[in-house]
Amino acid sequence: MNMDCRAAPTTTGPRTFLIRPAEKPTTMSATAKPIANTRSATGIPTARLITWWVIASEIVIFGGLLSAYLMHRLGHPEWALSADHTNTWAGAFNTFVLLTSSLAAVLAHKAADALDGPRAAKLLRLTVLGGFVFLMVKAFEWTTDIREGFVLSSGGFWSYYYVLTGLHGLHVLAGMVIMLIIAADAAKNQELQRVECIGLYWHFVDIVWIFLFPLLYIAR
Amino acid sequence: MTTETHVHHPNYVKIWAILVALLIVSVVGSFSSIRVVILVAAFGVAFVKAFLVAKNFMHVTVEKRWVPYLLLVMLAFIVILFAGVAPDVMSHGGLHWSNDAAKQSVETGMKAAPKHE
Repeated sequence: MNMDCRAAPTTTGPRTFLIRPAEKPTTMSATAKPIANTRSATGIPTARLITWWVIASEIVIFGGLLSAYLMHRLGHPEWALSADHTNTWAGAFNTFVLLTSSLAAVLAHKAADALDGPRAAKLLRLTVLGGFVFLMVKAFEWTTDIREGFVLSSGGFWSYYYVLTGLHGLHVLAGMVIMLIIAADAAKNQELQRVECIGLYWHFVDIVWIFLFPLLYIAR
Repeated sequence: MTTETHVHHPNYVKIWAILVALLIVSVVGSFSSIRVVILVAAFGVAFVKAFLVAKNFMHVTVEKRWVPYLLLVMLAFIVILFAGVAPDVMSHGGLHWSNDAAKQSVETGMKAAPKHE
């Protein structure tokens, strides 16, 4: 097993090989950093490699659910009537919010590349704010739907609607929590390689919503 | 390995503006009365938006080659799942079977249609 940490990145991977003099890698035994930050056996820093595998598994989770929804939807034209009750404007606004938060996340990555931890932290917190707004709009939508009598057991469409948006919402929430933890370190110019990793996850969550929006709000 | 170059950061604000413009297209298209226009505005635009995010924000195209391959394999699994299961789910009857519950669900649901018009 290649454990040569001199070839390992300290920031954002082989594409962004920025090694700060103060953090010049030595050997595993000489560093207290986790292996995910100091090893790059595949040519991709292990932290980012793990992130890609998480995303790969998430593709199967959301892909399975979305394809199940799609095949049922195609077999049940009456679901279009249920979809007519979803609020297109709220969905569109949430898409705008997530796209904007993704912009903040990628700008945080850019700031981390420039070794500007405090700016990266600010941008990550801005991304979290976007996630918060997204969840508030979602809560408003769910409240409205439930008040109108559309609950999880109201029919096939609503089952998928609540499961898909609920699972996606949980991913947004998880991303927000992790992002705040990473931002706290980034503000001190520590563990900047994590900024890109959480950004990748956030962009994936954004992509999932990009497909949920037309499936649940537009196609009628 | 240490000689690899710095990742190119494109103009992210410009890409975000394109994404927002595409969002507007999909919303405006959803109000069309032509079904094809709605579908293209909804799903065609969604694929373009997803590609732009993956390419420019996730930098998939400049990642090690096997990363996009890994993601494509996962997507292929989904296609296989869909192709294997969808024929039974989408049709409510075959030569030797009938999904009466699904047929009844469609019938009941469609009867309720005029109430929502």
